[in-house]
Amino acid sequence: MTLLRVEGLNKRFGGVVAARDVAFSLHAGEMLAIIGPNGAGKSTTFNMVGGQLTPDTGRVVLNDEEITGLPPRVVCRLGVGRTFQVAQTFLSFSVVENVQMALIARHGQTRDLLARAASLHRQEALGLLARVGMEVDADRPIGELAYGDVKRVELAIALAASPRLLLMDEPTAGMAPRERAALMQLTANIAREQDIGVLFTEHDMDAVFAHADRIIVLVRGEIIARGSPEEVRTDEQVKRVYLGTTGHKAALRARKAAHG
Amino acid sequence: MAAAALAGLAPARAQGAPVKVGELNSYSRMAAFSVPYRHGMQLAADTINRAGGVMGGRPLEFVFRDDGSTPGDAVRVAEELLTREGCAFIAGTFLSNVGLAVADLANQRKKLFLATEPLTDAITMAQGNRYTFRIRPSTYMQTRMLVEAARGKTQKRWAIVAPNYEYGQSAAANFKKLIGSAIPGAEIVAEQYPALGRVDAGATVGALAQARPDAIFNVLFGPDLTAFVREGNTRGLFERRLVLSLLTGEPEYMIPLGDECPDGWIVTGYPWEQVEWPAHKAFVEAYRARVNDTPRLGSLLGYVTVQIVANLLNKAGTLETEKLVDTLAGLTTDTVSGSVTMRALDHQGTLGAWVGETVLRGRTGTMRNWRYADGANYMFPEAEVRAVRPGA
Amino acid sequence: MEPSFLLVQSLSGLASASSLFVIASGLTLVFGVTRIVNFAHGSFYMLGAYVAVTIVPWLLEFDRSPWLFFLGVLASAAVVGLLGVAMEILLLRRIYRVPELFQLLATFGVVLIVQDAVLWIWGPVDIPGPRAPGLRHGVYIFDQRFPAYELFLIVVGPVVLGLLWLLMHRTRFGVLIRAATRDREMVGALGVNQALLFTGTLFLGAFLAGLGGALQIPRVSASAHMDLSIITEVFVVTVVGGMGSITGAFLAAVLIGQLQAFGVLIFPKITLVLVFLLMAAVLVVKPWGLLGRPEPAAGRAALPEGILHPRHFGRLEMALGAAALAALIALPVFADAYMLKVATEVLVFALAAFSLNFLVGNGGIVSFGHAAYFGLGAYAAGLLVTRIGLPMEPALLAAPMAGGLFAALFGFFVVRLSGIYLAMLTLAFAQIAYAVCFQWVEVTGGDNGVVGVWPSAWAASRQAYYYLVAVLSVAGILALRHVIYAPFGATLRACRDSEARADAVGVNVRKHRWLGFSLAGSAAGLSGGLYAFSKGSIDPTLLSIPMSVDFLAMILLGGIQTVMGPVLGAAAFHSIKDLFMPLTDHWRFFLGASIIALVLLFPRGLGGAFAMLRSRAGQRRLAAVTAA
Repeated sequence: MTLLRVEGLNKRFGGVVAARDVAFSLHAGEMLAIIGPNGAGKSTTFNMVGGQLTPDTGRVVLNDEEITGLPPRVVCRLGVGRTFQVAQTFLSFSVVENVQMALIARHGQTRDLLARAASLHRQEALGLLARVGMEVDADRPIGELAYGDVKRVELAIALAASPRLLLMDEPTAGMAPRERAALMQLTANIAREQDIGVLFTEHDMDAVFAHADRIIVLVRGEIIARGSPEEVRTDEQVKRVYLGTTGHKAALRARKAAHG
Repeated sequence: MAAAALAGLAPARAQGAPVKVGELNSYSRMAAFSVPYRHGMQLAADTINRAGGVMGGRPLEFVFRDDGSTPGDAVRVAEELLTREGCAFIAGTFLSNVGLAVADLANQRKKLFLATEPLTDAITMAQGNRYTFRIRPSTYMQTRMLVEAARGKTQKRWAIVAPNYEYGQSAAANFKKLIGSAIPGAEIVAEQYPALGRVDAGATVGALAQARPDAIFNVLFGPDLTAFVREGNTRGLFERRLVLSLLTGEPEYMIPLGDECPDGWIVTGYPWEQVEWPAHKAFVEAYRARVNDTPRLGSLLGYVTVQIVANLLNKAGTLETEKLVDTLAGLTTDTVSGSVTMRALDHQGTLGAWVGETVLRGRTGTMRNWRYADGANYMFPEAEVRAVRPGA
Repeated sequence: MEPSFLLVQSLSGLASASSLFVIASGLTLVFGVTRIVNFAHGSFYMLGAYVAVTIVPWLLEFDRSPWLFFLGVLASAAVVGLLGVAMEILLLRRIYRVPELFQLLATFGVVLIVQDAVLWIWGPVDIPGPRAPGLRHGVYIFDQRFPAYELFLIVVGPVVLGLLWLLMHRTRFGVLIRAATRDREMVGALGVNQALLFTGTLFLGAFLAGLGGALQIPRVSASAHMDLSIITEVFVVTVVGGMGSITGAFLAAVLIGQLQAFGVLIFPKITLVLVFLLMAAVLVVKPWGLLGRPEPAAGRAALPEGILHPRHFGRLEMALGAAALAALIALPVFADAYMLKVATEVLVFALAAFSLNFLVGNGGIVSFGHAAYFGLGAYAAGLLVTRIGLPMEPALLAAPMAGGLFAALFGFFVVRLSGIYLAMLTLAFAQIAYAVCFQWVEVTGGDNGVVGVWPSAWAASRQAYYYLVAVLSVAGILALRHVIYAPFGATLRACRDSEARADAVGVNVRKHRWLGFSLAGSAAGLSGGLYAFSKGSIDPTLLSIPMSVDFLAMILLGGIQTVMGPVLGAAAFHSIKDLFMPLTDHWRFFLGASIIALVLLFPRGLGGAFAMLRSRAGQRRLAAVTAA
């Protein structure tokens, strides 16, 4: 069934068109990737779905409920979890407390003045951490973790909302290649097992083509191609305007990684 | 402080347990006034102790404390003086809100408080109480002295400039109330109330001049006054205009004005070098010898306060508060500034002020054509006191 | 009104604006580069005036030429610039690594020291400076006479603006300053000698403040109150313009100058509050001032300044807490009346400080105007008792309600902002509340305040009132402490750590901050009510900036990253003040010096030092255990 339906999204910043008639849909348990060169409108589209931006026109519908222009906290309560390009966690909290905090929010207990926050939902939080393989580090300060592990915890935080949809903005940015593959595999497994739809943007083509069920290619705010990884890979227009440049970029990135 | 302590230790003729009086004032924030005031007190206390002290030979000892310039700090300091230091009673304070808070504490704790400097009318009027006495002529009294000096003048259009706090507001209110009686038909054509210490002199002078007044009533003092006078001098605000100015003739404010001192303003003040009363001359000499500086109004007030305190103690013969209060009400003391009576009705002293015109002599200003206005003639009318003072 | 008058009035406004801008440009530069909220900037201004009234007359003895006058002014500014360098090298450089707020506290210590140093060196009498040779006269503009010196001042502002522009765009130093203003981490990354850059910036900042002061001497006399009279106004200019933006500061100064010049024509009492009304209005509409930009998001995740991990009491803390409680109960037995009085005040302040740290340490909401809620609580209680005749008990109930209510009202706007702008908006609201209490004489008694606010008969004795305060204050502190550990407290910390993350897990960040602000406000209100009854009076100083600064000093001395630190800080601050006040007129000097010493010795506050000792002891024990 259709989990997310995006219809005719338009967004302009001054004279620049960031999104033009963007429309797509996403099914439960499906992984949909949005790719495209820098400035193609990926983040804009993403933020219009997540509530960080309001579209000029168009609709975002989640489970037959319109969420266009709702703020992120409301979108979250309707079943959307999200991770950020630069991991956003509660730095002063321990690993498990980060997840507990998300659970406290989900259960609407943030204004509770009496309970002890440290003991609320601890078991559930440990369970979520176990799902992402971080239960051993549960009581460490999150600031001590390696970045890849932080990303995993962030995934657990997003899962705490029991989302039906996960929005992941460049989930593997800043990670080592081996960590990337593991995180994407983990995400894919969770999505399939729990029937969660995943919408993600990604620069790393390996991750995209290995795990996406479908791919949307955005260029200058417009969708120029969509389809299965195989269809997109062979699309002439995509090759011309995008994959060529990305190949160049991938080389650059590799060089950067090698030279620090 | 050290001098007062020494006075107790040095071979003085006064013997026996010292009589301790707490004195709290804004020694840090308002040092230009309060440090000469303390010098005056110490000089007077030493003089009295050398002459045998008070209450038949006991030395008079003042315990000086900074009042922190806020009511909150002052009340704590007052408690310290009354409890830990064991002072018989307290005196002092500079700012009106501090004076009022300490006065109310005195009322609550049933201890005598001699408010020496705060000028607010409230301390003897609406918020007066049995235990509080004020020595200095109040805002009302000094305004009335000035207004009287303007009697017979022909200027009808008046502008008022006053600092925006109680002293300024109540001086302006008193002035509005009184000026009509001295100059029939006088009207107020402009009022300016710059924040205390933050006068925007250019804008203020411009706004006043715009109203084309014939005369100006000024209540600004300190740095505000200097800025105002300079700006007004350059812009010609004071030319061909009568100016009445509160306190401006006091050395505290004349000295910082320097050679910018305006000519011919009618002011209240203290032309110390011209006052020829023998007792006063002796005071000036002793003060200059001891402090190596010229006396300020604060010096005089400090000296007079101690004279009144000594007289009170000698007359009462006890440190018991109720007796002290009863004795002080109506008590007359011969001071270096003439005879001063603490009026029983409202506990206001009859200490006066000098009223005259400003004049530049050499590099600093002083007063000419002055006369001493005895406070007794400028007190609040008894009916007005009875109308507002609790229990009067 | 005639056009000539309007023109001249406008020129008066420009002259004030010019002076204000010169001073404010220095503050905004220093903030831009170092992120230090330099309270001592007003002190540099005052020192500029004092140095100038000392050396300019001496120079004019040689020849009464305008050149010597301006040489003297520049020399004074340079001397002050060097004092700024001294402050940077001797003090600030040692504490760049500690939370930024501690630098604010250190500069506050400098303010206190300079105040007394000025009294000590130059004496308490205001010193008038000489007028500028060649510019003594008035110039006729139509029929109005206008001071020539002020025409000159009008030119100085744009000239300084132009010179700063050249410096910023044509020199390496200036380019670095701009880079640091935009992104401080980048400068570190570029391998720039940060120490040298900061020293240079402090010189320039102090130089401009000194120049502003020295240029004033033909207009105002040098006096020991100049620092505080200018510092708030200068802060307003920099914030309205946008922190770090020199052009913004210029615009803001011109705006304020004009509003002031024409405002007094309509509202003669407006100077008291005008700048704060303007600041509040600007910040509500433009959260980063006229030309400021949002703080760039940190490239790397940085730990917030504040309570990181609220620790539960261990056995030692429990024992200490119990001992403290026992001491509180037993105090009236062995303490004299005065000590009891001081203890009562410490307890009152401890609650206020704790409530402030609930915001600052736990919520990352730095309030420069916490005294507003303390004072409004005091006013609510005091006015109910004196004007309506209610007894103490319901009045004490009204105090937290008033504090909370006004915190909710002001907080509604405050929580929309962040960082220094948020802090300055709290200050603006506090000043507006102050002005209302000050000006609404019929109700509030104006600056004289209201007396007669004494406790009910059963609580009138010092002992009884002490116990009443102890019970309410300790209960308030423990309740707030509990909230810190509760989900609501954790949520506030979460919002502080990452707004984006909190939002994404479904937390309404603004709403929680608003509720937290209101809760802290009501605790401060209770504390204010208790204070009013201990003093017997209320007056506007309870809401004033110095009061807010005292509260900040308390929590910083105590340590904003510990839960109980503010209580220690309140006790330490009040005790130090109470120790020095009876000893000397120059107690501000010693208070300031103590603050600086404590900042240098315990850069994480007293609470932080205790926590460090604890964890070291813990490690040692652990090491001993593992060794065995």
